Amino acid sequence: MRPAVLWTLVVASLLLFGLARLPLEKSLDTAHRTAGLRTATLNIELREQIGQLSYAAALSGFRSLVAAFLWIEAHTAWEQTAWGRMAGLFQSVTSLQPRSLVYWDLASWHMAWNASIAARENPKEPSEFLRQRAEREYHQLGRDFLLRGIANNPDQHILHERLGIMLRDKFNDPCGAADAFTTAAEKPGAPPYVKRLAAYELAACQGREREAYDKLRAIYLLGEAERMPRVITLINELEAQLDVPAAERLAPPEAP
Amino acid sequence: MIRRTATIAAVTWTELVRLKVFYFLIIFALLVIGNSFFLARFSFEEEFQMLKDIALGAMSVFSSLLAILATATLLPKDIEDRTIYTVLAKPVSRTEYLLGKLSGVFLLLTLAVLLMGAVFAAVLLLRTQTLLHSAQIEMAALPPAELQAALERIRATGYDPNLFAGGVVILVKAWLLAALTMFISTFATSTIFTTITAFAAYFIGHLQATAREYWLAADTSGFLTKSVLAIVSLVFPDLQAFNLVDDIVTGAAIPAAIFWKTLALGAGYIAVYTALAAAVFHHKEL
Repeated sequence: MRPAVLWTLVVASLLLFGLARLPLEKSLDTAHRTAGLRTATLNIELREQIGQLSYAAALSGFRSLVAAFLWIEAHTAWEQTAWGRMAGLFQSVTSLQPRSLVYWDLASWHMAWNASIAARENPKEPSEFLRQRAEREYHQLGRDFLLRGIANNPDQHILHERLGIMLRDKFNDPCGAADAFTTAAEKPGAPPYVKRLAAYELAACQGREREAYDKLRAIYLLGEAERMPRVITLINELEAQLDVPAAERLAPPEAP
Repeated sequence: MIRRTATIAAVTWTELVRLKVFYFLIIFALLVIGNSFFLARFSFEEEFQMLKDIALGAMSVFSSLLAILATATLLPKDIEDRTIYTVLAKPVSRTEYLLGKLSGVFLLLTLAVLLMGAVFAAVLLLRTQTLLHSAQIEMAALPPAELQAALERIRATGYDPNLFAGGVVILVKAWLLAALTMFISTFATSTIFTTITAFAAYFIGHLQATAREYWLAADTSGFLTKSVLAIVSLVFPDLQAFNLVDDIVTGAAIPAAIFWKTLALGAGYIAVYTALAAAVFHHKEL
């Protein structure tokens, strides 16, 4: 066979095979999207953050490996209390591995707890106002990580639960925390205490006392295992606050 | 035919082993074991996440490198040593020779992935047991139900059955790369050309899915752009489809349908590249 004929056949075979496999590749793409796989977006912004070499490695199928090394780098930044650098590295890691709950969870925790406290107690910043502002900014950064994590992993209870804790402890937002805990409790695999956390926060949310009472009552009726001292205390307080008739009250106040 | 192919495969395997290619396993073991000590300072979730990231990532790197570099040297070396003439002078067809060579590389890659997987599994098991042991001591005061829940969480974070599927996909990707490199080496003029072209195909292959998406998108304009995207999409393999480990390490479950479709796609690529390699090699002037 003449080389020209051979190569024409080879190229034609490659193109035909390309056309033949197109439906399978497209269906695999769709299946990946449906299953939430390959969701990472490797864009120009990420390239600027992680550098050309890491970006090339991530593009070449070593996304998780690059993420792990950047996480170790972020840990080193933490040991040096370089909060700004840590935040940048966390952005890169979570962009590379958006399905990893550990990365979202710990990135938000580092920002909202460690970095915010460091900012509040920054001895190099004499202005109280600026220290408080920096603290608030780190709180918001922590919350943003959780919100983006939730957007990427909507069915995972853990990130909703962490958001509830953050809104409760860092934003003093019991209503928001109650909603986050309620959403967490509805997700598969959520531990039973999450629904109690939702009810506790709802009890502190002004205007939603009746809803809180109904939730706590439902929890109380689940059985002895759910009748925690705090559940009983809150029920008693809400019954008094809502003026629930004595006959309808669930748990009588304990004798002093 | 099978006996002759198997004999060539065995000889190829011996040649590659004599090249001490398995020395990379020492680097892999050092990387995984060394990292496991270093990672012990992190929380157990972080530790397991990074251990899986690094181990599976390194398995992917090493198997891909091995597939390309080991295959690229086969034909040029046999031609240079003139071994190929001795073999083909016997009643061995060129296709049998090529299949034998490729089978030898497949065997090498299988053993390499198995050994790396075994090192990774051993480190993972050891770290899980160590953490379980220390958790049992540290949390001894907890009520039994809470202690069990904590231990179960450590076990679930450490062991994930999808990791096995990840290992299989890494192996199929390495086989695919070996078949592709073999195809390139049948028309290449030197080992360097084969290696560089195979690596270029490797990088382009990881962008093939993006090229295909733009090619098929209705709003992509320009004949030239569309033609280039079409050529990339049709000629190069979609290697991103084999990067399931990036998601597996995060604990994502891989549906059985995706797993089997990926293997089917891999088998298709291997069959076509091997057939094309055989066709080109059949007409190659030696």
